[in-house]
Amino acid sequence: MDSTIFSILLLDGMTNGAVYALLGLATVLVFSVTRVIFIPQGEFVAYGALTLAIFQTGQVPGTVWLLLIMAVLAAVLDARLSWLHSGNAAKAAKAGLRTLLIPAVIALVSLWAAPQNFPLLVQAALTVAIVTSFGPLVYRLAYQSLADASSLVLLIVSVGVHFAMTGLGLLFFGAEGFRNPSFWDMRVSLGGLAIKGQAIIIFMVSLALIVLLWQFFSRTLYGKALQATAVNRLGARLMGISTIGAGQATFAMAALIGALSGLLIGPTTTVFYDSGFLIGLKGFVAAVMGGLQSYPLAAVGAIFVGLVEAFGSFWASAFKEVIVFTLVLPILLWRSMAGGHDEEH
Amino acid sequence: MKLVKSLIATAATLALSGAALADITIGVILPLTGPASGLGIPVNNQIKLWPTSIGGEKVKVIVLDDGTDPTTGIKDAKRFVTEDKVDVIVGSVATPVAIPVAGIAAEAETVQIMLSPAELPPGKDMWTFRMPQSNTVMATAVVGHMKKQGVKTVGFLGYTDAYGESWLRDFTPIAEKNGIKIIAAERFARSDTSVTAQALKLVAANPDAMLIVASGSGAAMPHKAIVERDFKGKIYQTHAAASRDLMRVGGKDVEGAYVVSGPAVVAEQLPDSHPSKKIALSYVAQYEKAYGAGSRNQFAAHGYDAFLVLEKAVPVALKKAKPGTKEFRAALRDALEGMGRTVVAHGVLNWTKEDHWGYTPETGVMLKVVNGDWKVE
Repeated sequence: MDSTIFSILLLDGMTNGAVYALLGLATVLVFSVTRVIFIPQGEFVAYGALTLAIFQTGQVPGTVWLLLIMAVLAAVLDARLSWLHSGNAAKAAKAGLRTLLIPAVIALVSLWAAPQNFPLLVQAALTVAIVTSFGPLVYRLAYQSLADASSLVLLIVSVGVHFAMTGLGLLFFGAEGFRNPSFWDMRVSLGGLAIKGQAIIIFMVSLALIVLLWQFFSRTLYGKALQATAVNRLGARLMGISTIGAGQATFAMAALIGALSGLLIGPTTTVFYDSGFLIGLKGFVAAVMGGLQSYPLAAVGAIFVGLVEAFGSFWASAFKEVIVFTLVLPILLWRSMAGGHDEEH
Repeated sequence: MKLVKSLIATAATLALSGAALADITIGVILPLTGPASGLGIPVNNQIKLWPTSIGGEKVKVIVLDDGTDPTTGIKDAKRFVTEDKVDVIVGSVATPVAIPVAGIAAEAETVQIMLSPAELPPGKDMWTFRMPQSNTVMATAVVGHMKKQGVKTVGFLGYTDAYGESWLRDFTPIAEKNGIKIIAAERFARSDTSVTAQALKLVAANPDAMLIVASGSGAAMPHKAIVERDFKGKIYQTHAAASRDLMRVGGKDVEGAYVVSGPAVVAEQLPDSHPSKKIALSYVAQYEKAYGAGSRNQFAAHGYDAFLVLEKAVPVALKKAKPGTKEFRAALRDALEGMGRTVVAHGVLNWTKEDHWGYTPETGVMLKVVNGDWKVE
């Protein structure tokens, strides 16, 4: 191995690692606020990349219809809840409409925009809007009524949501993969190393999001309020924090991160309806390295996973996945030995 | 009580009438979901276009999804042989599923028309007939083309599954016999986000040509990765990649790629002397009429061919026994073994007692990607 190969592998590993870092952060975020191990995180990646790909062909992505259906279901549930609480029909209708409004507007705009062949960035923005609105709806439909259940129950729900989303992905996008156009068609040559514009975008976006999240949770009141719900739901509610609102906001952020990751990797690889799972799983491995609570550690872990993957593929490509996932075992062992005391429950 | 009695009576009548009609039942096992769904869905599309009768007998087709999961495939096959009492099992397209299904078919003495080129241990394929060309037949075409192009060394980049491994195993001896050496072999998975590392290692070995073993749109990503590493030699793709998804996803990077394929996907370009030309044309016509221009593909053609061989063999078997019986299934197997030279959309088949693969070695057609379209070499 000479220095050129080494630096190319390094760059490749870091680029993938940056995407894993985003997903790892989302996993930590969701877990720390809602105690949900959010396995379908990767599905948002596939939904993001493929929704954009369908927009590129000038058609209406199936995700738009799914968004409408889910929004109607959530609106009905919210209206019913409000009716049971207050017995006031007008109030119930208002609660339902509030849930329905934003997704419905996004869906209608998408329906109108799909055949117009807007520039890539407009379509990308629409894609982010669609996929992000899935977050709160998924929380509303799958998790909200179980919010007080044990982590194990929530994990099982996650597995179910994962299967449902993968199946729907196959229905909407078909079995074949898509590759999106690059956002920035630039190539710089540094010696033997060619750096692509897309790689630079991936680094910038990942870094920006990591810093933003970190600052959000350590500096802002709302960020601290979100963390408070994770530590003690009842206590947080007594302090006037809406745990339901916290859950939905968290899932929206997770979906946003997923959608962005999808847009980032869409131009560098072929994305299939089921590609998200493995990508999300690697993000999860990174999150585990951060003990499902530390953002900087998860980010470092993700870069580590990306590098192991790149060098593993170079030396023993047939065992790449084995190498990456075997890594989890010693880390789990170490984390459970070292970090057994900071459990809050 | 009365209700139960009448229900039993109805059920009995239904069962009796079912037996009296003696439909030919075809059980189809396909991956409609999971990683191989890109192969299973086109076949299912073709099955929807199947005629409704063979030799005057009504045909009943049951399609089950195996989810690209061998366990589900086994469950499906068991259901077919015990509950539905099918006369023939078609499928699966996914090699890892097709292999265990063959075991169940043999146990139940039911003919399996396999849509995947799966290797079975000697003596285990008594009841299994394969529709796709064997990897050996296709590798022969690839090696022949490589030899003509003066290729001496090959780098191999394939799926880390049964398809990739069996290509490597079948390709190696044929290549070595013709003085071509495999100097590097790397693996990848369809869902990988990057194959840069494998491409680096292969390009560093500097072979004359690369052989990529992957399927459908999954074949484009490794191809692009190798081109991005400034590989100047020839790049070959296998018959699982011979679909338009390769060009759709690969764009200008797959320009100039050599793809081995069965004749069906390039029906129009076949010389008039090619035996399969007429049937291949009619396959393309009926499929594209239903699913749009350019929708043709390798796998749906296997589904088309499966019905062609049944149309030839079933009438012969019908003379000996009634559908739904053990005797019919045995007669069907004998008919398939004895049907002789049969022209299908994908070449010329000649199954015998010893050979359940059947294609003649010159079946593989080399295509080149020129201006985003196939061109016969």
